[in-house]
Amino acid sequence: MSNLSNSTLPTTTTCPACGLLCDDIIPNAETAVNVKNGCSKAIQFFEQSFNDNIGASPTLAGKPCNLDTAIKAAAHLLSNSKSALFAGLGTEVQGMRSLMHLAEKTNATLDHMHSDSTVRNTLTMQNDGWLTTTLAEVKNRADVILAIGTDIATSHPRFFEKAVWNTESLFHKPTPEVIYLGVPAEKTKAGTSPNGTAPTVIDANADKLPEIINALNALLNNKLNNKKIKEESAGGVSVATLMALVNQLKAAKYAVIVWSASSFKFSHAELTIQSITQLINLLNESTRAAGLPLNSGDGDSSVNNTSTWLSGYPTRNRYVDGKPEYDTYHLSTDKLASSSDALLWVSTFNPHSPPATTAPTIVIGHPATKFERQPEVFIPVGVPGIDHIGLMFRLDSSITLPLKKLRDSQLPKLSDVIHQIEAALSSVEK
Amino acid sequence: MITLLKNGRIYDPAHVKDGVVEDIYIHQGRIVPKPMDEAKISQTYDLKGKVVMAGAIDMHSHIGGGKMNIARMMLPEYQQKQLQEIKNSTDHEVHICTPHCSHHAVPSATDTGFRYIEMGYTAAFEPAILPANARQAHLEMGDTPMIDKGGYAMLGNDDYFLRLISQKADQKTINDYVAWILHATQAIGIKVVNPGGINAFKFNQRKQDLDENNVHYQVSPREILQRLSRAVHELGIAKPLHVHCNNLGVAGNFETTLNTMGASDGLPMHLTHIQFHSYGTEGDKKFSSAAAQIAEALNKNKHITADVGQILFNQTVTASGDTMMQHLNAKHANPKKSVIMDIECDAGCGVVPFKYRDQNYVNALQWAIGLELFLSVEDPWRIFLTTDHPNGAPFTSYPHLIRLLMDKTFRNDAFAKLNLDAQAMSNLTSLEREYTLYEIAIMTRAGAAKLIGLNDCGHLGFGAQADITVYTDQPDREAMFAKPDYVFKNGELVVKDGKVSKVVWGATHTAKPSFDTTIEKDLQSYFDKYLTMQVGNFKIADDEISDDGRGKIITNQKKS
Repeated sequence: MSNLSNSTLPTTTTCPACGLLCDDIIPNAETAVNVKNGCSKAIQFFEQSFNDNIGASPTLAGKPCNLDTAIKAAAHLLSNSKSALFAGLGTEVQGMRSLMHLAEKTNATLDHMHSDSTVRNTLTMQNDGWLTTTLAEVKNRADVILAIGTDIATSHPRFFEKAVWNTESLFHKPTPEVIYLGVPAEKTKAGTSPNGTAPTVIDANADKLPEIINALNALLNNKLNNKKIKEESAGGVSVATLMALVNQLKAAKYAVIVWSASSFKFSHAELTIQSITQLINLLNESTRAAGLPLNSGDGDSSVNNTSTWLSGYPTRNRYVDGKPEYDTYHLSTDKLASSSDALLWVSTFNPHSPPATTAPTIVIGHPATKFERQPEVFIPVGVPGIDHIGLMFRLDSSITLPLKKLRDSQLPKLSDVIHQIEAALSSVEK
Repeated sequence: MITLLKNGRIYDPAHVKDGVVEDIYIHQGRIVPKPMDEAKISQTYDLKGKVVMAGAIDMHSHIGGGKMNIARMMLPEYQQKQLQEIKNSTDHEVHICTPHCSHHAVPSATDTGFRYIEMGYTAAFEPAILPANARQAHLEMGDTPMIDKGGYAMLGNDDYFLRLISQKADQKTINDYVAWILHATQAIGIKVVNPGGINAFKFNQRKQDLDENNVHYQVSPREILQRLSRAVHELGIAKPLHVHCNNLGVAGNFETTLNTMGASDGLPMHLTHIQFHSYGTEGDKKFSSAAAQIAEALNKNKHITADVGQILFNQTVTASGDTMMQHLNAKHANPKKSVIMDIECDAGCGVVPFKYRDQNYVNALQWAIGLELFLSVEDPWRIFLTTDHPNGAPFTSYPHLIRLLMDKTFRNDAFAKLNLDAQAMSNLTSLEREYTLYEIAIMTRAGAAKLIGLNDCGHLGFGAQADITVYTDQPDREAMFAKPDYVFKNGELVVKDGKVSKVVWGATHTAKPSFDTTIEKDLQSYFDKYLTMQVGNFKIADDEISDDGRGKIITNQKKS
């Protein structure tokens, strides 16, 4: 990799490109971009990060300025705002901690760019709870893996390699049977085992998943109560196929049901997620089964957890006179981008652009961020896990892993910039 | 620069001081002898008539880690409207909830620190750190201001340990692993939750008695307790093995608890939230108090200590590593929801909201059983004041609990409002005992510090950390303990009249016994083969806790 020196390079590093947080990535200083164990997503992430302009300068309305000036301008904007929106929030734990403190000081609203998905899962959990598991349990116990509406591998490329196709497991279990429900057949290649066993693909229209999952619940319930069902199909899938699936789940010793809230494009997806978790609860009356909700990335799990212990609330929330308030419906970026009097957009892992708004905008993020309209203030910052250390929550939330620093750059760290803005708030004139 | 606390009535059981009037001098955060040169005294507080104790120590309170964050996430209503409803409720059971208590079962990290220090507590210990989740626990505790903290790492359900036992590994290997875990997780003690049961639940076992084997490993809870208590003892960790017994909450479980006392072959063990493990099967409802039997056994078995895990009526949430029992209890959830998790071949967690009601027979009896235990266990050095926050009640209800222990009339009046069938099944009103201030100071200060092995906390001797709480002596003990006049943390005045006056950050207490590091070789290969992270990333480095300049690690050595 460019900008790397053998002397400072850690032997292994953690990749924040997806929620698996693979920590067995071996960076190599010899070539431009070379990471051992990296998946396609990891390679893209490291390539993109190392093509950064590490000397990128902050700008005011597109004109280069020094960091100090940019920080003062940002502080000025925020101290004049009454209802700022902190959105994007593509960061890790330490960055989020600093953003929460700044939000408390400025009465801001906080919403992550992938909250639409996160909130669907949170609402399910708040309504009914759930029974879930983590990667090492999947690796050692799962004998059936049912992927609903997600092929898993597109968003989490090494999932199968790391947790499914392992040849060694603690309890000498067989290689899991993989079942896809509502996933296009052409996307199910990753589910073919190393010895060539093809996965079971239950062809279904993804929009019909709510109906199909409700039918699975009904079938399992009926089975438990010895009742017969009259219908021949549900959501376009034959009842015989669904019954076979129910039997397979029920016979499994440890079935794992995987879903991704972001892949459910229908409205009120939280109800379908709840239907999945109810199916899991029913299965646990006689055998063991567990859910594994996938995350969307850009630090969503880290941000959600950090927000929760600091304010008592997951995302979406805001501070009003120092007191946190929670509202998953009204406090969304979509609803507030145009009505807020200032937007602070944060995206440090990827150069995601801020949403369109007429509100004065501060962008603190990836040096390669592109803009349709030059923001009032742009402060390029380092990429966590490349330019500085950090901490991230894995998709299963129980595991937090350290990100390492891979190069020296002049790009400041998000949390340092935020602390400086916070410190400058009191000294700026309103 | 010396601070003088003058004329206070000192309750310092570690130095057998029971209300003697003495002066305390503080220099650089420590308690020091009277200085030669009085001119150096820069500040004097006249505490004439005031009650002075060391800062209180909560030896068992779920203040950080995954399950608490799940509880917060699952129950935003606790912080929103429901809190207000609880406060405004005219519901008859609120008579038992303290007017000083916010009854917030899942406060944020910030609020946790504030509420503790405002009651005169200067340290709290998270009793259930899953090693795999330890980093999160320390992150949350790191964001908890005002107080010192620390935690007990959970072992005994992790596959690495159970494999070692099933392979008949020698005790030295077990000891090395236990020591390695203490270092890796930055913990000060070892806990076992439902020994083997969390693991057995993953193999679809739904119940496990003390001598019932795990179906896969063919290892019994008794063997787990023997091995772990021995490891803790041989490593020289002060804190005895912290044991959450099998069969929590099950009618008739007192026998398991009695048998568990004998499982360590006389080595020290601490049985936690023993109230939940003191149930008999007498009476029409097949649920009765076995507090008398448990208290008698505790009085006899000097190697056993216990904390009570008192329940108090109202809404709370139960958060436990005990997935086996929490999955069973989920049918009693109120509101009706629960989160159960199998975690990383390490352990698990179960979060189940719960509302204790004084007109419910079982709940009313649970309340009485806890108090019966407090009043029947003779030695206050071996019984500790806890509600197993938030499982029995939020920690903010401690002042109320202290009044129940110190004021017989108040206690009996509360008892008279309980479910009548429960009243008929309890001998509580026949227990005349009223705790003294000295005994409260033992349970919440000197005893807790001694148990955990905190050499410089929980007492007011020279060299002690100047964590000091000053109360106005009031007949209403609840009002007294809810709102200290002053709290000093490391010698600084941080609370005045029950309100935080200065924000400070406490330290993290750890124990780091030496061990043979060759165990890491086997752990490395185990991690590489079976787990999903690098062994190096499992370990929490010192600077993760101290790096931002707020946190600090204190490594406690066992006094010989």
